[in-house]
Parts: sequence; structure tokens; C-alpha cells
Amino acid sequence: MAEPRPFSVTRLPGFTAIAITAFVALYLPIITIVVFSFNALSSMSQWGGFSLHWYREAWANDTVQEATIRSLLIATVAALVSTVVATLAALGTTRQGRFRGRTAIYALINQPLMVPEIVTAVSLLIVFGAIRQATGYQGLGYLMLAHSAFCVPFAYLPIRARLEGMDRTLELAAADLYATPLQAFRRITLPLLMPGIAAGAMLAFVISLDDVVITEFVKSAGQDTLATYMLGQFRRTLTPEVNAISTALLALTLVLLTGFFLITRKRA
Amino acid sequence: MAMSSSAETAAARRRGRSGWLLSTPALVLLLLGAAGPLLVVLAFSLLSKGEYGGVALPVSGQAWFEIFFQRDIFDGTISPAKAHLAIFWRSVWLSLATTLITFVLGLPTAWFIATRPERQRALWLFLITIPFWTNLLIRTFAIMEVIRNEGLLNTTLIAMGAIDQPLQILFTDWATLIGMAYVYLPLMVLPLYAAIDRFDMRLLEAGYDLYASRWRLLRRVILPIVRPGIVAGCILVFIPSLGAYVTPRVLGGGTNMMVGNFIELQFGQARNWPLGASLSMALLIIVMVALLVYVRASAREGRDG
Repeated sequence: MAEPRPFSVTRLPGFTAIAITAFVALYLPIITIVVFSFNALSSMSQWGGFSLHWYREAWANDTVQEATIRSLLIATVAALVSTVVATLAALGTTRQGRFRGRTAIYALINQPLMVPEIVTAVSLLIVFGAIRQATGYQGLGYLMLAHSAFCVPFAYLPIRARLEGMDRTLELAAADLYATPLQAFRRITLPLLMPGIAAGAMLAFVISLDDVVITEFVKSAGQDTLATYMLGQFRRTLTPEVNAISTALLALTLVLLTGFFLITRKRA
Repeated sequence: MAMSSSAETAAARRRGRSGWLLSTPALVLLLLGAAGPLLVVLAFSLLSKGEYGGVALPVSGQAWFEIFFQRDIFDGTISPAKAHLAIFWRSVWLSLATTLITFVLGLPTAWFIATRPERQRALWLFLITIPFWTNLLIRTFAIMEVIRNEGLLNTTLIAMGAIDQPLQILFTDWATLIGMAYVYLPLMVLPLYAAIDRFDMRLLEAGYDLYASRWRLLRRVILPIVRPGIVAGCILVFIPSLGAYVTPRVLGGGTNMMVGNFIELQFGQARNWPLGASLSMALLIIVMVALLVYVRASAREGRDG
């Protein structure tokens, strides 16, 4: 017979076992992907020793290289644009008190979070398709516009949270000391807001990098991003090259997320 | 409020103006790249099918009618559109099942995190957020590797002697279900954790003092109090499940379509843009109703508690 466990009010039968199962279920598949990206064999179930073969293979693939550059370019533009407009909107919606139509602005900003991605994707396909036909422009502008738009709420939410938690007396003190509104903003509000802005930009970057559905519908021919390239690969026999790409992307996400948590945690 | 009312309204108006002004760039961006095009889809859903794809006049409700019914081309009799309804039905039951599975797994997980010592909690929570922010395709690919015929699950089961033939899970509804539950589990855990974190554990002591069993405490004390978190988690899982596109496409193998894939089909091979548009709007309406239910429920909780 096992020793009876010490009494704990918070223990519920089976809960810990299910929780551990859930964590294992969440991580085991991802860890398998990472491990097999270092496999020397082309098998996804047989281990043939450690090798960086598939990383070299992926990097030597021109399509992958171009897709990587394209993904990073789009994500950078989307993060920049969405963060700038989201910062302005956050200042507009938190610093001006209540005003008519504020709820409508909230709703519109959060709209990309509420509408199913496939619906947005289809609507952009129709509208951008018409513009493409009318103007003949085929560039990356469509993807950049679409990504910037759906990244806005992700950039906006951390910035607004930071603004709402900020001490207004510092700004009032600056105004008392004859700072112009612009000076007070540049020297007081902006530096204090910076962690929120950085966090928002990082989230926007990750979200843009992750997007599959909207990109798949909006892109012109030959405009694959890493995500849509991978989606295309599922139609073929998969090689560990996909594991290597996934692992690299995972590592990048992890770095950005850790940055995000370190930044937002300082506040507390 | 001692301020004269006219000065007050003037100030409010000024604030409102700068509020709108500062928000304008974001609103323009969203109107161009997200909200505006939705109106075009709405308009398309009310037009007729063009001869070579696209849409044409006249204005008609045909596309909306077609979601549910079909007209026989010979004798004009109207019957329910069984194929469409089957796809809707699959989307709904897969989404409900996903919600149920993630709840059954998610509640104990959230409880586990919330009952860790204070300093460990952030780490456990971080472990939940990593998969949440990991690329959807990577996660779909990861779960595919587990459930395919030569995958981890089948090889383990065969090695254990539980089965002698690999189970064909991939490219069935089960694969879509497992995939969605895997992908959306963090969306269930996070709001549940937020609710449980606020739960006052002293209530449990009170319950024990009154001779309640653990099961009874769960049912009569914990679940009612963390209900806002349960509602939030269920809505957060149900909505993206209903509109899922990638998971059924990759894991379901193309034939087991959900609404999202069926919409794509209308704009692709089927060349029935009005039907695609009306299906998109129908999906949007269902999502909005679900959100409305959620907002109502959370507003009521706010009043009660």
C-alpha cells in the first residue's frame, strides 16, 4: 500500500494526470519534428544519426530562400505599419476619455479577430483580384496591405494595455513645467510606452509570419511565403526538409516570444 | 459636475475629434484591407452567377436559397441540398466535439497551472503559450506525423501489440478532429486559467468542512464560479473550429470538407462565386451570433458577481 498523500484542498481526482497528459500531447509532436530535422536519413520514423543535412538542403533550395526573404520582408512591413497606426489609435482611444463612436472604433480595430480567416481571405481575393485586373499591378503590395491590416489588433492590444496602466501624473507634471504637448509626448509618454510598442510589434511580426490562409488567397503566382510553401509541400511526399524549415521557424518564434515576455513582465 | 454644460460638451467634442483623428490611419487600413472587402462579399452574395465565374446581374436571392435547397433541373421540384447540409453538419459536429475535447483536457490543465506555487506558474503558462504562438502549419504537420500510418501512434500501438494493422486515421474526420483539438487546446486553457486564477481556494476548505466530496465541490462550487472562463474558452475554440480551413485541408485530405474548404471550392473549381459569397456570409453570421451570446453571458456574469 502506498503512503496516503498529504491532504490538499486543491487536489482533484485525476486532474494532475490529465494535465500532464495534455502537456505531453502538446509537446511530443513538436519535439518529434525538431528531433527528426537533425536526422541523417530521409525517414521520419527511423533514426540514422545526427546531421545538419536537411538544413543545408533547405537553405540550398532557391524557392525556400526566396520564400524566407519574402516572409521576413512582409512581416517587417506589416509589423512596422500596424504598430505605427495601432499606437496612434491607442493614444486616440485611451487618452481622450470617452467620446462618441469609441466603441465603434474598438469594434473595427478588433474586427480581424472576429471574422473567420477564410471569409476575410475570400473577400480580399475578390477585391484585390479586381484591382489587379484594373491596374495590372502584381507586386507584394497586396500581401503587405492585407498583413498590415490583420496585424493591427495584435499590435493595438498590448499598446493599449500599457497606456491604460500608465501613470498620467507624469504627463501632467510635464505640462505644468511648460512642456508643449509634443514635447511631453516625445520625452515622457513615448519612452514610457516603448515596452508596449515593442511587444505589439513582436506579436504583429509573429502573426504575419504565421499566416497561411489569407496569404494563400491573396498572393500572386510565385509569391510563396514560407507558410504557403509548406502548405504546398503537403501535397507531395514529405522530406525532413519541412522539419528543418519548421524547426528554424519555431526557433525564431521562440526568440520573439521570449523577448515579448521579458518586455511585458518588467511592468509587473 | 460644476462645469457649465456647454463648456463640457465643447471639450467632449474636441476630445472626440482628436480621438477619431488619431484612429483614422488604423481605420483606413482596416477598411481597405479587412472590413471593406466584406461588404463586397455581401453584395456578391446577392448577385447571380456569371457565365464564366464571377458574378452578374440581376440581383437575386438565389445564392442564399442554394445553401439550403436545390431545384431539380427537370421538373423544378425543390428539395433540401443534402450535400451542403452534410458539410455544414460536419463543420458543426466537428467543432462541438473539438470544444468538448479541449474542455475535458483543458480544465484539469488550467487547474493544474493555477494550483502550482506562485513562482512556477508563469513558466507553466509560458509552456501553454508557446504552442499557441507556434505556426499553425507546423503544429498541423506535427500532429500529422503522429497519426499517419507509419507515425508515432501506430508504431507504438503495434509495438505494444494492441493492433497488428496500422489504424487509418489520416484523411478521415478523426484526423481533422484530433488536429483541431491539438491546435486549439491552448485557446481553451488560457481563459480557463484566467478564471481559475481568480477563484478563492478558501471556498474549497469551507466545502470540505461541510463534508462535500471533491466531485461535488467541482460540480457545485468550482464550475459555477469559473463559468465565465468556460464560456470564453468554449467560444474561443468553437469559432475558429467552425471556420477552420488548414486543418481539414491537410489532415482531412480534401474530401472531408468543412465549410471553409467548401467556400474555397466555390471560388475555385466550382466557379459559383455567389454561392461562395453567401456561404461566407452565413458563416460570418453564425460566428457573430456566437460572439453575441458570449458578450451577453459575460455581461450577465458581470452584473451578478
